[in-house]
Amino acid sequence: MSIYLPIAELSVNIFIILGMGAAVGFLSGMFGVGGGFLITPLLIFYNIPPAVAVATGANQVVASSVSGALAHFRRGTVDIKLGCMLLIGGLVGATAGVQLFLMLRRMGQLDLIISLLYVVFLGTVGGLMLWESVNSIRRAARNEPVSARRPGQHNWIHRLPLKMRFKRSKLYLSVIPILVLGFAIGVLTSVMGVGGGFIMVPAMIYLLRVPTNVVIGTSLFQIIFVTAFTTIVQATTNYAVDIVLAGLLMIAGVIGAQYGVRVGQRMRGEQLRAGLAILVLAVGIRLGLNLILPPDEIYSIVTGSFG
Amino acid sequence: MTARISASLAVCLLASALTLGLTAPASAQSDAAEEGGVWSFPEQLDIGISTNEIAISPNFSGADIFVFGTIAEQDDFLLAIGAYDIIVALEGPLRPATVRRKERVAGIWVNRHSVRFEPVPASYSISSTRPLDSIAKQIVLSANDVGIQNIRLIPTGGLGDASQVGDFRQAMLRIMQQAGLYQRDPSGVKFVSKNLFKAAVRLPANIPVGEHTVRAELYRNGQYVTQTRIRLRVVKTGLEQFTYNLAHQHSLIYGLLAVGFALFTGWLSSIVFRKD
Repeated sequence: MSIYLPIAELSVNIFIILGMGAAVGFLSGMFGVGGGFLITPLLIFYNIPPAVAVATGANQVVASSVSGALAHFRRGTVDIKLGCMLLIGGLVGATAGVQLFLMLRRMGQLDLIISLLYVVFLGTVGGLMLWESVNSIRRAARNEPVSARRPGQHNWIHRLPLKMRFKRSKLYLSVIPILVLGFAIGVLTSVMGVGGGFIMVPAMIYLLRVPTNVVIGTSLFQIIFVTAFTTIVQATTNYAVDIVLAGLLMIAGVIGAQYGVRVGQRMRGEQLRAGLAILVLAVGIRLGLNLILPPDEIYSIVTGSFG
Repeated sequence: MTARISASLAVCLLASALTLGLTAPASAQSDAAEEGGVWSFPEQLDIGISTNEIAISPNFSGADIFVFGTIAEQDDFLLAIGAYDIIVALEGPLRPATVRRKERVAGIWVNRHSVRFEPVPASYSISSTRPLDSIAKQIVLSANDVGIQNIRLIPTGGLGDASQVGDFRQAMLRIMQQAGLYQRDPSGVKFVSKNLFKAAVRLPANIPVGEHTVRAELYRNGQYVTQTRIRLRVVKTGLEQFTYNLAHQHSLIYGLLAVGFALFTGWLSSIVFRKD
């Protein structure tokens, strides 16, 4: 059964879209990630125009982050002050990112930059995660105690000026690295259609030294607002948010996520991380091949106002 | 003088997939006088279709529309020996187009060169009584802008290397044909009685919305005689069109709706699947 996507202006098979949403929802529930970095490349592989895939991906991340954020909110594991500072950076970053997006689209280089960013980020994050998880699996096999990594108390980031106290995180920290981190994630949200949790979480733990128990909740808190803002700016600037596509992905996604969570709870942490790492690397390699292999048709047409 | 057969009575409709609006029949008469060629032929061309608006439903997967027409003031002898040829083209709305070409740069394929063309038809469907090259000489067809190869592709702005524009032009026509937007049917026009003809013109599944033009041309022994045209509006029906208009005309409301729906879906799932 086919359904017409009014913004992408093409007909797609509704079951493929629902299947994609459910599969990504399942994986995001299992691994505890937002899924934006999987949904956008999958949509591109399915010939959805990259501009629509990115803008719609940001919209889908809003839905997949809400239920997680609500759970953390109820448990009180959200540092709202820290989240708001990240959010200020994020909103500025998202605004700049959408302008960059528009500029690249006019230049005809948007598809290339999206693919390159995905290859770089998925390759790096996937590689690091695989390295880390394989090491812990080997340590576990040799019955060595898994060393609880104790980050050093201070680094150069903690010597920056304009300090502010964050009670919930028990931190006294400069706002500069927080704003910069928020800005960078905001740019990625609008150019890649991701929530950015896969960069935000490690950066908060290792760079800002935020306690692990508030990291996920705070990151989800700011992701909701940045992706929601990005959706609105993408809708008004690039007219690229496809509400039909996003709706199908969201509904299938939140259902798939529930089953993913159940499976994830039965698996061991390092195995989960290794699985996610392999998945991330596979998507990155597939996108990389698209850039390297000779295309079937070297010409492409853009009609209408974007040229 | 024989009374003109009103073309509009011979009318058409077509695939059930089309929801055709009940509008007054559209018809047109030829403009031979204005076209004023070297030769002045007496023949007139009238065409008619049942509607001037086609509404495309969401599950539209392509259809034929039928255009009926007559040749008036015809020469019966020429008609009998098949000296008349008719070409009917459905031209989509004009839109600017940019053709880009990828090249390998440092191992990856990158869009390097591009050529921007003056507005070109977003779709083009042509039907004729015979293959175009046996109807008239290339130069005649080209002068009358008929045939996919004769669609005017005029580069705008700085040309750069003019010798390459031809490649871009051919690529444009090739891709549009592969996408089904440019189509030809060399036997789509048939005479159903002595001087009444029926043309089947293909509407592709991805037909662009907007103002289309049905253009019919009459040829006699390889010479252009006259042409006539009818406007045809293609619109989308229902929710799809509403969504499209909302997204483009009230984009802020649309964006807020998209976010609202996402928040609602996420919130609902946390209620439905709440672990108690």
